[in-house]
Amino acid sequence: MKNYLNCETTIWSWLSTKDHKRIGVMFLVSVTLFLLVGGVFALILRLEHLTPGPTLVSPNMYNQLFTLHGVVMVWLFLIPAIPAGFGNFFLPIMLGAKDVAFPRLNLASLYIFWIGAILTIYGVLDRAADTGWTFYPPYSSQTYTKATPVLLGVFVLGWSTIITGVNFITTIHTLRAKGMRFMDMPLFAWALYGVSIIQILGTPVLGIILLMVVMDHSFDWGLFDPARGGDPLIYQHLFWFYSHPAVYIMILPPMGVVSEIVTSMAHKNPLSYKAIAYSTFGIAFVGFLTWGHHMFTSGMSELNAGIFGILSMGVAVFSAIKVFTWTGTLYRGSVWIRTPLVYIFAFLFLFIFGGMTGVAVAATSLDVHWHDTYFVVAHFHFIMVGASLTAFLAALHYWWPKITGKMYFEGWGVAGAILVFLGFVGTFFPQFLLGNAGMPRRYYHYSEQFQALNVLSTAGSWVLALGLLLVLVTLIWSLVAGEKAPANPWNSRSYEWMTPSPPPKENFPETPRFVRGPYDYHLPLEPP
Amino acid sequence: MNLAVPKLQHHFEDLPKQAHAARLGMWLFLASEALFFSGLFTLYAAYRAHYPEIFREGVAHNDLVLGTVNTFILLTGSLFLSLALWALRAARRALSVLLTAATGLAGLVYLIIKATEWAHHMAEGIFPGGRGRFFVENPEPAWAIFYTSYYGLTGFHAIHVTVGVGILAWTAWWMHRERVGPAAAYKLAIVGLYWHFVDIVWLFLWPLFYLLRNPA
Amino acid sequence: MNDFLRRLLFLPEQASSVAREIDTLHYFVIGITMVGATGVFIAALWWSIRYRARSFEASSTTPQVQAGLAVEGGLLAFLVVLFIVFWVVGFSQYLRMRIPPRDAMVVYVTGKQWMWKFAYPEGKQTINTLVVPANRNVQLVMTSRDVIHSFYVPAFRVKQDVLPGRYYTTWFRATRPGTYRIYCAEYCGLSHSAMWGDVVALEADDYERWLEGEPLENFVQLPPGPPMARVATGLGPDLPAYPRGIAEASQPRSMADWGREVAALKGCLACHTLDGQPHIGPTWRNLWYRETPLADGRVIIADEAYLTRSMMDPMLELVQGYAPVMPTYQGLLEPAEVGAILELIRSISEPLPTPARAPEPLVRPPLPPGSLDRVDPARALEFIRETSERVTP
Ligand code: HEA
Ligand code: HEA
Ligand code: HEC
Ligand code: CUA
Ligand SMILES: [Cu+2]
Repeated sequence: MKNYLNCETTIWSWLSTKDHKRIGVMFLVSVTLFLLVGGVFALILRLEHLTPGPTLVSPNMYNQLFTLHGVVMVWLFLIPAIPAGFGNFFLPIMLGAKDVAFPRLNLASLYIFWIGAILTIYGVLDRAADTGWTFYPPYSSQTYTKATPVLLGVFVLGWSTIITGVNFITTIHTLRAKGMRFMDMPLFAWALYGVSIIQILGTPVLGIILLMVVMDHSFDWGLFDPARGGDPLIYQHLFWFYSHPAVYIMILPPMGVVSEIVTSMAHKNPLSYKAIAYSTFGIAFVGFLTWGHHMFTSGMSELNAGIFGILSMGVAVFSAIKVFTWTGTLYRGSVWIRTPLVYIFAFLFLFIFGGMTGVAVAATSLDVHWHDTYFVVAHFHFIMVGASLTAFLAALHYWWPKITGKMYFEGWGVAGAILVFLGFVGTFFPQFLLGNAGMPRRYYHYSEQFQALNVLSTAGSWVLALGLLLVLVTLIWSLVAGEKAPANPWNSRSYEWMTPSPPPKENFPETPRFVRGPYDYHLPLEPP
Repeated sequence: MNLAVPKLQHHFEDLPKQAHAARLGMWLFLASEALFFSGLFTLYAAYRAHYPEIFREGVAHNDLVLGTVNTFILLTGSLFLSLALWALRAARRALSVLLTAATGLAGLVYLIIKATEWAHHMAEGIFPGGRGRFFVENPEPAWAIFYTSYYGLTGFHAIHVTVGVGILAWTAWWMHRERVGPAAAYKLAIVGLYWHFVDIVWLFLWPLFYLLRNPA
Repeated sequence: MNDFLRRLLFLPEQASSVAREIDTLHYFVIGITMVGATGVFIAALWWSIRYRARSFEASSTTPQVQAGLAVEGGLLAFLVVLFIVFWVVGFSQYLRMRIPPRDAMVVYVTGKQWMWKFAYPEGKQTINTLVVPANRNVQLVMTSRDVIHSFYVPAFRVKQDVLPGRYYTTWFRATRPGTYRIYCAEYCGLSHSAMWGDVVALEADDYERWLEGEPLENFVQLPPGPPMARVATGLGPDLPAYPRGIAEASQPRSMADWGREVAALKGCLACHTLDGQPHIGPTWRNLWYRETPLADGRVIIADEAYLTRSMMDPMLELVQGYAPVMPTYQGLLEPAEVGAILELIRSISEPLPTPARAPEPLVRPPLPPGSLDRVDPARALEFIRETSERVTP
């Protein structure tokens, strides 16, 4: 049968496609590529820390490496990974639509992504920026490295994100199939809705502020230069006004993935559909009010610090609602323990650990000790790698049959998941202790007393890399040798499984008509 | 008379849905744009709070007449565009094309006046980044900050106007060539949304750089 | 108990008046995190195994279970209370840490790439070593010369960013004599990770004796400095040690000697040697009026103007074969200090037929090339003086 993969096969048919599925696949391939790039940077960072002094690279190169690692991982991998990759692929299918609202813009966003990526990569090759992914002036406006291409690259990438956000919200509002009410949408769609709001409202602030840094750096405007009356603190406020919500851009889609996988694997309705759907918006909106917790030691007023502290904990409550609901969903289900669910176990543990250490740093007095130490590095890797990357891998396995039409290898899948989990804990758990002990981040040199923990962390990073390598190799191998996937290998009720694997070009063989909710497992299954 | 109707794209049920999607998309995009400007406005507000005196003097230093004339030109343009939409809905295409073109022309005039203003400033030795003669005579850093944010905000706005003029020109041409009828009016309405947004931004810039000159 | 947990969590010693209570909150929060994460993880695992699918058919329909509002609401209420406790305790500690007590003695701190300078009300100055009396409240009044730095003493649980052009305060009370490491915690460029120092807390009367001029070595043995400094000092046999401890109050003997001191203080010697060995940067030996090949193929005579430009705008003319890593010293070197460095370079070069000129401080306007309109040099000079003067405590 013809499906979206083999209906046309020329390269041009891919490059010029307006099919959301193909665009999603191309995004997935792109972000995986950048995960590799960012991961190699990370491995070099870790190697450098085998000894307290110079080990592998020069101090200057180290500074460039962590900057680019952060930039690549955040903007080229994690932010587009799940929304632009899986979101593009599955949102229309889940809504019973034939495509997203603006297919041409959708293709444009892929090209804009690549323009931004190429600018950034050009920045890597030619005297790369060494400012940290936060680009704090005045340092960023006077560094002798070339910050401009990277800054412009991120600016351009922002447009790609905005377009995706506009596209998703419009799609959800106008393209739901006949009979699908808002409260019948799969939870993944709700997560994408929430994340799109942040993308639309947060990204432009970042864009403009980075543009001003470009002006400062390249044309010497001095807007943030204190020697000329500027105020670097304003930059920090505006930067975090975006970049704190941006962390929810990086966690809401993974949360959507978890909602899907938990219900599918438990074959049960979510403990509370509404709690999961609404808490998404709690996170999205309150998330806009907490940015100041990155600045507790920057000298802002005590009152502000207190307010930002308590609001940060407010966001945490919404996250907790989700966590409790997922866990409760397993209760009295009919659970298939497969690779995606194994990843979800890891997700739950690591997300709570990472999230609660976020709450810990939001308790203002503790942050004074922890700010800009490895404790913070560990906090955000627990969430961004431990939770988000893990959810990305879970999604990859979960939807692999649908996207490619081939089953992955179950045994290797579980082995990969366990290896990744162990490697992860080995890499980042020691970093909490390093932060406690007082090792500042972005440090090329460190005191001898920190060496043992650093070596441990480096060793862990190689286990992690090995685990990811295993995942990559077995997945690719399954394309060649994997079994052919049935339409619904998980016996799931979600709509994307109601169409053949891989889906036909128009998503469904005939126009879908939904008569039940996506998670109505208490009803006997009837054809859609 | 054959009135072209926009093509229905394959993934929409019907034309009203497609129009609804396009409108919604534009509104969302404008929300994004608004936050672009809000970043700059925040900068302005913060610096104005730091240096109220010099910002006031800076505003007084700008040419109130040119700024106000520009405001009226933009507003007239917006009026034309609203009329153009009305005309198209009433199936009076020729009038609509004319009015749309007139709006674009207003935008062009605005840009010319704006450019004259910048030329005046540069002749005085005012350049972005606190460069130029003017800042040797007025060395307080706040002057540089004021004019840098002036160039930043008005420049960024002017880019939007330029894009808008381009879109208007293209729309007028398209309406003429495709002989569009009322069914396509939603497209003109979307162009209008963008253009009105650009105007509204100017309605904020006008006080910030021309009106707020007297001590409170 | 305290000590056990502290070691378990790798926390440094508790050497300030606030450290102990902060750590207590720390134990509490981390303990709950561990228990909560493990608890949820085990619940998920247990339910997955307990309710695993027995057959394919069994998984086709399952009973509908909706949230027990009481259970979920109860959990959330518990969590909210917990968070409020964290916040109340944490914030009250934060307030105490931020608001210095009235009776504190003051020390002025200047951070700059890449060192800490301390100035005491009695007129003494030190670099990278902050000397304070133990058991006394000490308030730091801090600023930065160039970019953002952050003053961090792990053993005190104290951290405060310093921004150029502004003053910030923080305070601490060291509870016992000893030596505690200072780090710079905000990324500030190339040698951010080597911007270390030490707080030396002395007994009250030792402190008095130190103020009166007794050398610090009489009271404590300073630990080795950051690795970067050691790299630099290991190279030239006749180099002064990296500036640790007390900056000599005595006047240098000659302009060249002063230059040597400036070069050490400002960190030039981290990259440049005086003995002819190329290092991270070219050596200064025999540099004076020598022909220098540039990266863009030009050859330039290293005269005063060029050398000054190399300090103020190193990226403009790159020496062939070196990485573009030298930071600009624009605003960081006083004109007289530039003169002293030039004099030093002249003094370690073979005699060359150069016009006998006193090295005049030459300063370029603070603009990159190609800008629209140039500021006149006189104003630029003023500007540089201003920035370097304004922040000197
Ligand atoms: C995806 C990314 C992501 C996410 C989701 C979060 C989530 C949170 N973050 Fe994090 N954070 C980052 C990425 C992220 N963060 C990054 C990148 C940085 C560093 C930036 C830089 O400086 O470079 C950072 C830094 C950072 C800081 C600044 C630290 C510093 O620099 O000094 C703070 C301070 O408050 C903070 C707080 C929080 C809080 C309160 C949450 C909350 O939203 C967390 C909510 C979740 C939970 C709380 C878990 C939910 C589950 C339960 C609660 C059940 C547990 C049950 C029991 C305990 C019984 N984060
Ligand atoms: C999504 C975001 C993301 C992700 C996924 C990661 C992933 C990793 N990060 Fe990342 N990190 C950041 C975001 C992220 N990081 C940010 C924002 C910063 C702050 C930057 C700043 O300070 O400005 C940071 C900083 C940071 C530091 C601190 C540097 C410093 O402050 O001095 C360290 C140090 O250990 C580190 C390590 C790692 C490691 C080991 C991984 C690993 O998880 C990576 C694992 C991935 C791979 C290894 C690639 C995949 C591998 C294969 C498919 C196998 C084949 C390849 C080989 C075997 C080579 N990161
Ligand atoms: C981080 C390392 C580093 C530091 C610190 C540093 N330099 Fe340099 N310097 C270099 C490098 C690398 C070069 C060669 C490339 C170039 O011209 O920029 C250089 C070149 C120079 C030159 C031109 C030399 C020649 O052969 O033409 C002079 C003069 C100079 N530096 C002076 C200084 C002074 C004065 C200081 C301190 C106040 C200093 N440098 C600090 C790295 C450094
Ligand atoms: Cu100074 Cu980092
Ligand atoms: Cu945050």
